[in-house]
Amino acid sequence: MKILFFASLRERLQCDQEEWSDVTNITTAQSIIDHLIERGAPWDAVLQSGKLLVSINQEMASLSSPVDPDDEVAFFPPVTGG
Amino acid sequence: MIRIQEADFIVQDEMDALKADCPKIGAICCFTGLVREFGDRTDLTGMFLEHYPGMTEKALRKIINQAHERWPIDKVRVIHRVGELDLGDQIVFVAVSSAHREASFAACEFIMDYLKVSAPFWKKERTTSGDNWVEEKGTDQQRANRWHTE
Repeated sequence: MKILFFASLRERLQCDQEEWSDVTNITTAQSIIDHLIERGAPWDAVLQSGKLLVSINQEMASLSSPVDPDDEVAFFPPVTGG
Repeated sequence: MIRIQEADFIVQDEMDALKADCPKIGAICCFTGLVREFGDRTDLTGMFLEHYPGMTEKALRKIINQAHERWPIDKVRVIHRVGELDLGDQIVFVAVSSAHREASFAACEFIMDYLKVSAPFWKKERTTSGDNWVEEKGTDQQRANRWHTE
C-alpha cells in the first residue's frame, strides 16, 4: 500500500510517502491514521489537529472508506487552489 | 483540455485555440485567476502552488464531465499553474465555448467553483514575515454548494 501526504501535512510530518508491505489490520483509511498515531510525535499531534481529507486511488474518499493492499491512499488538508 | 504547468499562459492564444476547435460556437466565456493579497495582508510577495499529480487531472476531468452533462457546451480549457508564483501572476484559466452565452457563462462559473473545493491544489503564501499555508474559505464551499440546488 502506498501512503502519500501533501502540503502542510507533508511538511509537518516531514514525510511525503511510505510504502507498506504489511497491511495486517489495515481495513479503512481511518485504520491507517490510527496506526500512524501510535508512532507518537509528530504523527499523533499532526494527524489529530484540523480537518483531514483522504483520497483512495486518486478519488476523494472518507476516513471510513475501505482500503485494499494495492491502494494508493493520500492524506491532505482542505484544498485551496484556483 | 487540461494543463497543469509551471509556465505562464497567454489568454488570447487559448481563446484562439478554442475558436479554431469549432467554427459553430457563438460564445466563449473565460475566467483568469491572479495571485492577490489575502484579506488584510499587505506583505504578500508571492506564493507556492502544490498539487497531487494524477489526481489533479482526474478531479478536473470529473468536473468538466459534470459541466458537459448539465449544459450544452462545446469545448472546455482549464489551465492551472503550480510552483512559485509572484504577486499579480496568472494562476488559473477556465474557458468554455458554446452555441449560446448562457451555457458558457454558467459552466465556466461551475467549473471554477468546483475546482476551488475539489481539485487537489494547495497554496502556500510567501510574505515578508515568513511562509504560511493558506486555509480553506467557508465561502468557497458555500459557492460550490449552490449548484446542488439549482
